[in-house]
Amino acid sequence: MKEALEDLRRKADGEIDSAKTGGEFLDIKTRYLGRKGLLTDLLRGLKDAAPEDKPLLGKLSNDIKKSLLEKIERALEDIESGDRDKALREARIDVTLPGRGLRYGKVHPVTRVEGEICDIFATLGFSVVEGPEVELTYYNFEALNIPEDHPARDIHDTFYVTDNIVLRTHTSPVQIRTMEQQPPPVRILSPGKVYRPDSDISHTPMFHQVEGLLVDKGITFGDLKGVLTFFLRQMFGSGTQLRFRPSFFPFTEPSAEVDIQCVMCKGSGCRVCGQSGWIEILGSGMVDPEVFKTVHYDTEEISGFAFGLGVERIAMLKYGISDIRLFFENDRRFLEQF
Amino acid sequence: MLVSLKWLKDYIDVELTPEEIAGKLTMAGLEVDSIDRVSPGFSGVVVAKILSIRPHPNADKLSLCEVSTGDQTFPVVCGAQNIHAGDIVPLATVGATIPGGYTIKSSRLRGELSEGMLCSEEELGIGEDTTGIMMLPDTLTLGEDLAVGLDLDDVTFEISITPNRADCLSMIGIAREIAAMTGGRVRHPAIKFEEKGEGIDELTSVTILDPDLCPRYTARLIKNIEIRPSPAWMRMRLEAVGLRAINNVVDVTNFVMMELGQPLHAFNFRSLKEGRIVVRGAEEGEQFVSLDEKPRTLSADTLMICDGVRPVAVAGIMGGLDSEVEDDTKDVLLESAYFNPSSIRKSSRSLGMGTDAAFRFERGIDPDGVVRALDRAAQLIADLSGGSICKGYIDEYPRKIEAIRDIPFRPERVNRILGTQIEAGEMKEILEGLEMAVSEKEPGGAYLVTPPTFRVDISREIDLTEEIARIHGYEGIPTSLPELSPEAVTTSDERALQGRIRTILNGYGYSEVINYSFISPASADVLGLNEDDEGRRFIRLEDPLGEDMSVMRTGLVYGLLATMRKNISAGNHDLRIFEMGKVFTDVGEQLPRERERVGALVCGARYDRLWHFDEDLHADFYDLKGRMENLFDALRIRDIRFTSGCDRPFLHPGRACHVISDGRTIGFLGDVHPDVLERMDIKGKAVVFELDLHSIIPLLREDFLYRNIPKLPSASRDVAFVVDEAVEGRYLLDLALEKNENLLEYIDIFDVYVGQGVPNGMKSLAVRFTYRSATKTLTDGEVNEAHERIVETIVRHTGAKIRGLEI
Repeated sequence: MKEALEDLRRKADGEIDSAKTGGEFLDIKTRYLGRKGLLTDLLRGLKDAAPEDKPLLGKLSNDIKKSLLEKIERALEDIESGDRDKALREARIDVTLPGRGLRYGKVHPVTRVEGEICDIFATLGFSVVEGPEVELTYYNFEALNIPEDHPARDIHDTFYVTDNIVLRTHTSPVQIRTMEQQPPPVRILSPGKVYRPDSDISHTPMFHQVEGLLVDKGITFGDLKGVLTFFLRQMFGSGTQLRFRPSFFPFTEPSAEVDIQCVMCKGSGCRVCGQSGWIEILGSGMVDPEVFKTVHYDTEEISGFAFGLGVERIAMLKYGISDIRLFFENDRRFLEQF
Repeated sequence: MLVSLKWLKDYIDVELTPEEIAGKLTMAGLEVDSIDRVSPGFSGVVVAKILSIRPHPNADKLSLCEVSTGDQTFPVVCGAQNIHAGDIVPLATVGATIPGGYTIKSSRLRGELSEGMLCSEEELGIGEDTTGIMMLPDTLTLGEDLAVGLDLDDVTFEISITPNRADCLSMIGIAREIAAMTGGRVRHPAIKFEEKGEGIDELTSVTILDPDLCPRYTARLIKNIEIRPSPAWMRMRLEAVGLRAINNVVDVTNFVMMELGQPLHAFNFRSLKEGRIVVRGAEEGEQFVSLDEKPRTLSADTLMICDGVRPVAVAGIMGGLDSEVEDDTKDVLLESAYFNPSSIRKSSRSLGMGTDAAFRFERGIDPDGVVRALDRAAQLIADLSGGSICKGYIDEYPRKIEAIRDIPFRPERVNRILGTQIEAGEMKEILEGLEMAVSEKEPGGAYLVTPPTFRVDISREIDLTEEIARIHGYEGIPTSLPELSPEAVTTSDERALQGRIRTILNGYGYSEVINYSFISPASADVLGLNEDDEGRRFIRLEDPLGEDMSVMRTGLVYGLLATMRKNISAGNHDLRIFEMGKVFTDVGEQLPRERERVGALVCGARYDRLWHFDEDLHADFYDLKGRMENLFDALRIRDIRFTSGCDRPFLHPGRACHVISDGRTIGFLGDVHPDVLERMDIKGKAVVFELDLHSIIPLLREDFLYRNIPKLPSASRDVAFVVDEAVEGRYLLDLALEKNENLLEYIDIFDVYVGQGVPNGMKSLAVRFTYRSATKTLTDGEVNEAHERIVETIVRHTGAKIRGLEI
């Protein structure tokens, strides 16, 4: 009996080893372990065995049954997972084809740079204030110490709507409107569109300006230098070299033009900076007492500075754009680069 | 302004290189835009001596010269008559170039070899004398390059003079600045001459009828002059600064203007009727022909210089053709005057005559320098033309220009503004270096400063503060940061909303564009706006760059369509764009109404990559509507309604809607009318929207509370209603909501079907109703009860049939 069982195990193991398909394994399972299988048949003879042998034989036959069953189940599992793997492989796609994307829209470069400027000044406590684009000449000129028939108007070619209404030529009128409304301290930034009748590779009849104003007790020209140095280093990098040189704006005195070292040639002289190594980047100055007088501020008590810069100009430097008109042509191939 | 370094050196000694000079001027506020090295228009011309001259054997008018350059001798054939053996002359050697692009070659003239050319001033481009070979001084070295020998090389600076620095519009003015910066000294030209013959008062007179516009008029008379070209030195000075030499009288007036900054005018005295000058305002509509031969129509506020009868010059701007100095002029009346700056500016602008003289007068000349300039010019004219200066001069000065005196100046105040600690002594030195008189310290602690009369820009302490800063140097002012008062940083609601909308639309793939605020008034016709449409209430510019940029936009759609057109012609057919900016409407008040708007346009492919999709590839109304709904959702704005029957004439009448909040229209959305696209020559379709930002701001709510996520299950019921095609989905939903069934949580159309199984003219709207209670799990019975009431209402109002149910 024991030999018969061992024989059966050897035979079954041999068959399992040589079986390949799931069907063959199922056959083996039925043939040995089924209700009319070989192992079952053998076990029927167990009742004739000697009583002292019975427990041993019983255990042996159970072990055989268990081991065969395990081997067959494992083989079947292997076959099944192999089939799924194959099926998955067959379900392959071309992963190199482009995705079903929706491209992110782009911010206009002017808006982008204007935002950067406002963000930098926000860290210095400047609030954003806006004003009308169609403006009274009083706010655009007279209140800013630019009288009629004065040569200072030369730098402000102007679109007139009527004799006393213009498209603002700078965002400086917002200075006046703000100071009329509130006592010092004033710490504002005024971004927006401005207009001057000019059209060529470096001028468009509409462009964007950011104007800043800081008025308080004890503000000095040194503060002007400090704030603008901070801004320009933040904007163009901490190593940016700059220089302040005297200039003229009717609403500031002393006035300063601020140059940064040319971003293209680093000061050695190139086409962008006209060989000078420097690029004019913004105008600034201490607020002229005449301006304070028009808004009834005490010129002995307070002082302040103002500055203005062209957004397109900075964007052009930053991105190497040589024709300002590109900003307003809105060609998709231009816009999508930002 | 162009400044010649050689000319400048007549008045000041400078040891600096041109670059150093430019640097100093720039850092003192006189911005040097460019430095040019100027050489004469020839090369290879050397100093030579004529050794011998003999007649040409085959030509009467030519002679054969033997010319030496010191170490070499050349045969040269020459046609000039003014040469003699021993003359020092310019020789253009073989290979030399002279103005006009000529290169000198070795050649044979009537059989005789000529290796070079003797040149006249005119041929070398350094003068206009064509009468013979240029004679050179014998102090020059033979063989030396002529440009070097005559010191013809110069350096010019192009300087931007700011409008306040009228005093710098001359060589002396620039020399003064350099002196102030370097501690140098200005050499003023010596003025010395002899007066002869009759007194000027016996010969002429000046009458000022408008002393406000002409506070001062001075004149001299120079008789018996001979008009001829100016000598080379004068011509070269003028040409170096960009002026054209004309003759020895006109050139002097220009020379003195460039030297001292005082514009002058010379009249042909014999052409002055009654031999006198009258200064008066023009008569309205008076006719006048100026020197440039253009007829001018004058207005009453233009100041004119007249003779006894008629105008002879537009005061301070340009002379008249009839009184011009001509070749046969014998006597000239020389004018040096002070005119009212703003009057000159007004006239020069209204006449469109921006002359060098007007430029200086409108900025303000030195009222005390008028006579000196008059004398300087008289001296030079007499020197160059051989004329004699009549005795005395006329100085009509009815309105004394009061000089600014005794400006109180507090050094500590200056330091307080600048943030510096400059000593009072240094400040005093700086001011004195600028030719200002500084008093001893007054009892109150201030000094009194009197600026020179040419500094018309200085009248206040702050003006002096700027001078201190400028000469001390901006780089020497310490950099500091202001103390900040603790106010919160704010921004406008409009700007904050713009930022949010920009981010949201960017996320949907829309890129921002910026169009000009001005458009063509014809855009109203292109858009088909009615006569009384508010969109026609344009703000018009007086002087636009062109008719197509002559009015301010009243909406964003036209600009978006123009952008679409430009892009399509550039080959960009698929666009998702938006713009934010102001629109302007004339509302009959002083200033227009300005409103911030956002507009968007979609056209072309719906998706960036098309291989995934095989149909419905073009973006349509529902794409943009979806984006707008998403936008409102992202802004947390509810209860926006889209209603049909939008009457904007540029939108497709069947595919457009108003956007409504709380009964108010806040924008529109729709397909662009095909007629509009046709008129704009755009092929294809486009969908646009425009929203008013000011109307959206009040809808923004930041004060909301969180609601619990429902814990109990919902139950839903789907119903397909077959209704007339004209029935709008929104109406169906509204009917459901009107019932106010509080178990109804959500309602949504999930399918729209037209076709087999649905009768013609009808459509099937499949609606999902979702029911939920916050307090208990609903039974079928409870759901059905509410559901049937709602469905019944819909059926009753719309006559709908329920699909799949035979009723």
